[in-house]
Amino acid sequence: MSDTKELNFTDFRERIGDLRGKEYWRSLEELSRSEVFDDFFHSEFPQQALALDKGVDRRDFVKLMGASVAMAGLTACRPPDEKIIPYVNQPENLIPGKPIFFASAMPLGGYAKGVLVESHMNRPTKIEGNPDHPSSLGASDAFMQASILGLYDPDRSQVVRRTGEIATWSEFIGAIQPVLAGAKANGAGLRILTQTLTSPTLGSQMQALLTQYPGMKWHQWEAAGGDNTREGSRQAFGSYANVIYDFTKANVVVSLGSDFLDEGPGHLRYARDFASRRRVRHGKTTSMNRLYAIESSVSSTGSIADHRLPVKPSEIARIAQEILACVNGGGATTPFIAALAKDLAANRGASIVVAGEEQPPIVHAIALAINQAAGNLGATVMITDPVEVAPVNQLESLRQLVTDMNSGAVKALIILGGNPVFDAPADFNFKGALQKVPFRAHLSLYYDETSMLSQWHIPETHYLETWGDARAHDGTVTIMQPLIAPLYNGRAAIEVLGALIGGMDATPYATVRNYWFGRGANETSWRKTLNDGFVAGSAAPARGGSVSGSIPQIAPAVASGIEIELRPDPTIHDGRFANNAWLQELPKPQTKVTWDNVMIVGPRTAQEIGYAPEERERLVNEKRTRLAEIEYRGVRMMLPLWVVPGHAEGTATICYGYGREQGGRIANGAGFNTYPFRFSNALNGGAGARITIPARDPFKVACTQEHQSIDPKDVGERGIIRETSFAEYQKNPHFVHEGGHELEKVHGKDSLYPEFEYKQHAWAMAIDTSVCTGCNGCVVACQSENNIATVGKEEVVRERELHWLRIDRYYKGDIANPEVFHQPVPCMQCEAAPCEPVCPVEATSHSEDGLNDMTYNRCVGTRYCSNNCPYKVRRFNFFQYADYDTPSLKPMRNPDVTVRTRGVMEKCTYCVQRINHAKIEAEKQNRRVKDGEIVTACQQACPTQAIVFGDMTDPSSEVAKLKAEPTNYTLLEELNTRPRTTYLATIRNPNPELLASAPVLEEHH
Amino acid sequence: MATTKDTTPVHEVRPVTQELRIPARYLPTPTIGPGHSFATITDHISTIVLRRKTPIGWFIGLLIAMGGVGLLSISITWLLVKGIGIWGINHPVGWGMDIINFVWWIGIGHAGTLISAILLLLRQEWRTSINRFAEAMTLFAVASAGLYPALHTGRPWFDYWLFPYPNTMGLWPQFRSPLMWDVFAVSTYATVSALFWYVGLIPDLATLRDRATNIWVKRAYGAFALGWRGSAKHWLRYEHAYLLLAGLSTPLVLSVHTIVSFDFAVAQIPGWHATFFPPYFVAGAVFAGFAMVLTLAIPARKFFRLEDFITMKHLENMGKVLLATGLIVVYAYAMEWFYGLYSGNAFEGYMLKNRATGPYAKMYVALWVCNGLAPQLMWFKRFRTSTFWLFVVAMFVNVGMWLERFVIIPASLHRDFLPSSWGMYHGTFWDWSMFIGSIGLFFSLLFLFVRFLPMISIFEMRTLLPEAQAHSHEEAH
Repeated sequence: MSDTKELNFTDFRERIGDLRGKEYWRSLEELSRSEVFDDFFHSEFPQQALALDKGVDRRDFVKLMGASVAMAGLTACRPPDEKIIPYVNQPENLIPGKPIFFASAMPLGGYAKGVLVESHMNRPTKIEGNPDHPSSLGASDAFMQASILGLYDPDRSQVVRRTGEIATWSEFIGAIQPVLAGAKANGAGLRILTQTLTSPTLGSQMQALLTQYPGMKWHQWEAAGGDNTREGSRQAFGSYANVIYDFTKANVVVSLGSDFLDEGPGHLRYARDFASRRRVRHGKTTSMNRLYAIESSVSSTGSIADHRLPVKPSEIARIAQEILACVNGGGATTPFIAALAKDLAANRGASIVVAGEEQPPIVHAIALAINQAAGNLGATVMITDPVEVAPVNQLESLRQLVTDMNSGAVKALIILGGNPVFDAPADFNFKGALQKVPFRAHLSLYYDETSMLSQWHIPETHYLETWGDARAHDGTVTIMQPLIAPLYNGRAAIEVLGALIGGMDATPYATVRNYWFGRGANETSWRKTLNDGFVAGSAAPARGGSVSGSIPQIAPAVASGIEIELRPDPTIHDGRFANNAWLQELPKPQTKVTWDNVMIVGPRTAQEIGYAPEERERLVNEKRTRLAEIEYRGVRMMLPLWVVPGHAEGTATICYGYGREQGGRIANGAGFNTYPFRFSNALNGGAGARITIPARDPFKVACTQEHQSIDPKDVGERGIIRETSFAEYQKNPHFVHEGGHELEKVHGKDSLYPEFEYKQHAWAMAIDTSVCTGCNGCVVACQSENNIATVGKEEVVRERELHWLRIDRYYKGDIANPEVFHQPVPCMQCEAAPCEPVCPVEATSHSEDGLNDMTYNRCVGTRYCSNNCPYKVRRFNFFQYADYDTPSLKPMRNPDVTVRTRGVMEKCTYCVQRINHAKIEAEKQNRRVKDGEIVTACQQACPTQAIVFGDMTDPSSEVAKLKAEPTNYTLLEELNTRPRTTYLATIRNPNPELLASAPVLEEHH
Repeated sequence: MATTKDTTPVHEVRPVTQELRIPARYLPTPTIGPGHSFATITDHISTIVLRRKTPIGWFIGLLIAMGGVGLLSISITWLLVKGIGIWGINHPVGWGMDIINFVWWIGIGHAGTLISAILLLLRQEWRTSINRFAEAMTLFAVASAGLYPALHTGRPWFDYWLFPYPNTMGLWPQFRSPLMWDVFAVSTYATVSALFWYVGLIPDLATLRDRATNIWVKRAYGAFALGWRGSAKHWLRYEHAYLLLAGLSTPLVLSVHTIVSFDFAVAQIPGWHATFFPPYFVAGAVFAGFAMVLTLAIPARKFFRLEDFITMKHLENMGKVLLATGLIVVYAYAMEWFYGLYSGNAFEGYMLKNRATGPYAKMYVALWVCNGLAPQLMWFKRFRTSTFWLFVVAMFVNVGMWLERFVIIPASLHRDFLPSSWGMYHGTFWDWSMFIGSIGLFFSLLFLFVRFLPMISIFEMRTLLPEAQAHSHEEAH
């Protein structure tokens, strides 16, 4: 299209935007009569335009229809209207083929995590963490990575609906006027339900509304919210407070059922800080932190703990109290608690006790009391004012709303985000209550269960489509700027509230900007904020606080039946990500199950309820498991039974979020809806469940790893995982090389073929397994960066998942409480790669930098390379997995990476597109690629910086230094494949006192 | 010659080039039933093709076999439409029934070449009555085998990239890959086998031409007979060509399956990576091939009343070969255990443990029963001379050799080095339909062959008669 003519897409869109579907085709003629349209049409489709002038025949009409669809796509993919500021010093003008990064933030549970969004020609394609943002430090988790797919999800709601029929935004505005007029007097009957809010702008809007309608009520509900943490802080301090931790200063960390490394608003930061005290480097590291985990289900945090104590959920409070008593000088009943308390006492002011959200408020209060007793308050544990706009007990807030809805007091309910019909506590019967409200409106990304029952549904904008703000876990103000104009004319919560307040014309941009300009921002600071993504120094200041009040004595739990623990799903959260195929197909960290939620029990419990290990082994080997019937508080449900070694006995963990009925084509039908188990007086589970195994056909489970034993008795001594304690390491740092897996060093003369020479670079990777928590951030990052397709449950059952990077999980020791090891496995990029010589068409070959390149368009698909790969990192397209057809997914893809077709092999490339980009830049500047200039997608995402990539030929590079570490080892070294990817052995720091007293564990699995 | 009323045209009599003077007592027992003359042999064999009314059984058999071909066509179509994901292969197990069946069919083919070439060179005259049949079997087995490598690739429409041809991409195939060697080995094998079979057929095609009464049939056979008149010059050329082809085929018997075994031996998967694979595979192939010849010959000789030509002596000899090659195969199985245990290699050790006790243990045990135990019956003359028992043992070996490839291919791949990547393999409907379809193809070709071509070499059978021997001429005078 010519540069001289400025096309007004906005004009087009507005013309199309507010028309109903039936009017659409009629409006095409109207559009075609407009001058702008003609200009555009003639320059873009000259032949068709000619036909149009002559009058349209049938064939041309079809073409024209096609063109109009193409243009609809064109108008959809455009930059936001307002000025957005790229990150750091990047050119502001577009250079085709060059991505630009913008800082923004992803809100989850109300809290923001800073992101950098890669944008190609105004299309956001990849999410990275913002290195400067306090909640991210450059790291990202699976949710952040997968949110890019959420943006382009073709199942997102695209139009305003009125009782299911397509309507318009202006009709909605018209419809709420009588409601608002009715509420004019004092606002009684008008209710707004939001999720957790930290957004200052939204907060001020709510405040304005509450002033305008004094009788109006604001309710909050977040299914996987922070009620317990919040209430615990109130029990401890008398008022709501926000607690943040500094793990860099903690020598001893105690987790009371907390997965602080993988859940919660600050987990990325905590994981980074925690790992900084856990990396062992030869001659540099003199101490390591020590982590005790007391928990029921195995969490990512628990899986890397030095000591893990599996207990029933009901016992945690009592144990917490005992720890408190011990720290205060009391006696302990078990050596575990005695040693733990002694460690806490020895590290006064340098320890942290952290309670998990699933624990009742009292456990949080006790944890804070222990922190106070151990001198941690103000040292490693900081108290600030709440970060949320209006901290409330959300459960009570929702209860109030339901009571009022049932009593008829609610005349109009506006639900901003969330899906309460699906995720409200079972005994509230939110669905029934909602239908008693005369006026119901729901703003959400999907036309979901709640939308179905609302008269009005408004499509919500994705966070990448709109302006907004939110606070980080420490209170830092974070501005969200849009990367793309709303794909489907969605509306932000800010707009809906703006419409309620009355300022209909206020765009989210104006609202957010005005809010901050009203609070001292100016053009310069605004630009800087957008550039950085957050307001520096806006973190909530630490305040004093001391745990007041007595902690009530906790009675020992009365054992009755099996206890259940309810948790949000590790990959689809509370159900909001259920339509995200990347997250559905992401193996859950502990079970490696995809596409389903399973009921997790310990090995002994499984046996007690009639699921023998032999049967389990046989079924799991065939990707099957037994369906078990669980009865809990009168609710019966069939769930697939899954055994996780180390899970507390007498306890079942059930994740919620699955079983969506109106979630989109990915979400619907996957897993089981377990929300009926969530009762308002026991949101996170309770005792008294009964599990039986009825005679039923086994259930198909798409798990990606069925074998996890590395016991030499089972599989022979393979040296896959090498590990020791910190004390042993200090005695013998070279222990990894003494297992008999080393090859005689005869390099150079052990092949008929000449050795490869690397004149420029030799890319390599080192992965520190000590700090890998198995969080999956890298897996989704890889998927997003490399356009990796998902294959669906059936294909995962057939073992055909396509992840280039997988995280292997192995167990060692007692099955009741084993040590867990996570091992991320990308391509090893072998020097003597077994895949290379067996390809008959030379589709996989050695690059000049030593990568095993894969030439997709040369591959005929014999799969010989995959057979011969000892690490099994190659992935084959058995069918046409990549979606070539869905238009909305096309702009999402990384334009630097091929979208693979059926019948070709693919695998990890060390992000060769990033390597080449850096090499080209370096060559332009006539220099070598600097160390750290190339960051692979997995490395960039990793919260604990376990993955290091670089040039091996440069001895000063980070990766070369890691490879020189004595703990560096090669997977399957005896095969002489000489991989470029190597591992640093896992080093843990168990308490010597507990090791001495621990019984010798004989039972292996 | 004067004593017999021989009406055979002169060109059908193979000139005797050997001048042997061996006392009668040292002559081998005739490998042909008593009471036959040149005429009866020619009559009997050519009648099957030319005059005898086509038995209804043949139609039924062909119909069933063609049903298999139909199934094969559907399977291939669906395969091309959907992709090889319709099979049971997956990530640890990249090769499944596609390669199992390929190796199985290729192996079966070996008996034909061995009988035609090596036994010819070794002057084993008893081969004469079964060689044509075995060669046809070879050809059809190679045809069935060839389907698999061609179709098992992810993008079969690019298979031609495996051939070294000048191209605009400026790329050669990768000559280090055993799959590349396979392309040469199998295509050479198919070509030489076809030539060998066809050259051997020429004199008989001429016989059929001469004996056919229908003009069109006469012309058809005549075209393929390439103007054969049976002159001494023709016979001379023929003998040279046939001997040369036999010489060419002989190394192929060894090379094809050696190279097929390299597909595995060159890779480093435990259970594949073993130096004894070439002889092990060749022996296995001959073993499988003879089992298949027995499987086909026993019903065929009954059906077409060929007991006089395919005598018990033939069957017994084949039983002996079965026993000998079976013992080599069992030795190889035993050696796998020796290597695994003696090397102390954890991966090899686990591979064996997994074979014996893992999820496919039943198949491994069945393999030992079929290939290890069943052929031991062949030690006893009673079983060797019973068509029933020969047939039973042959069927066991047919199944056993399929199981052997199953144990080698998916059962090695499914649990290799990293336990995290272990998986399972199960053939799907389409795996089995391809297999059954390829069997259908094989039998369809075989049915057509026995109906339209002489399944026993007429002219070579004639040389087996005492009259055809040089010394008998002298005695007759």
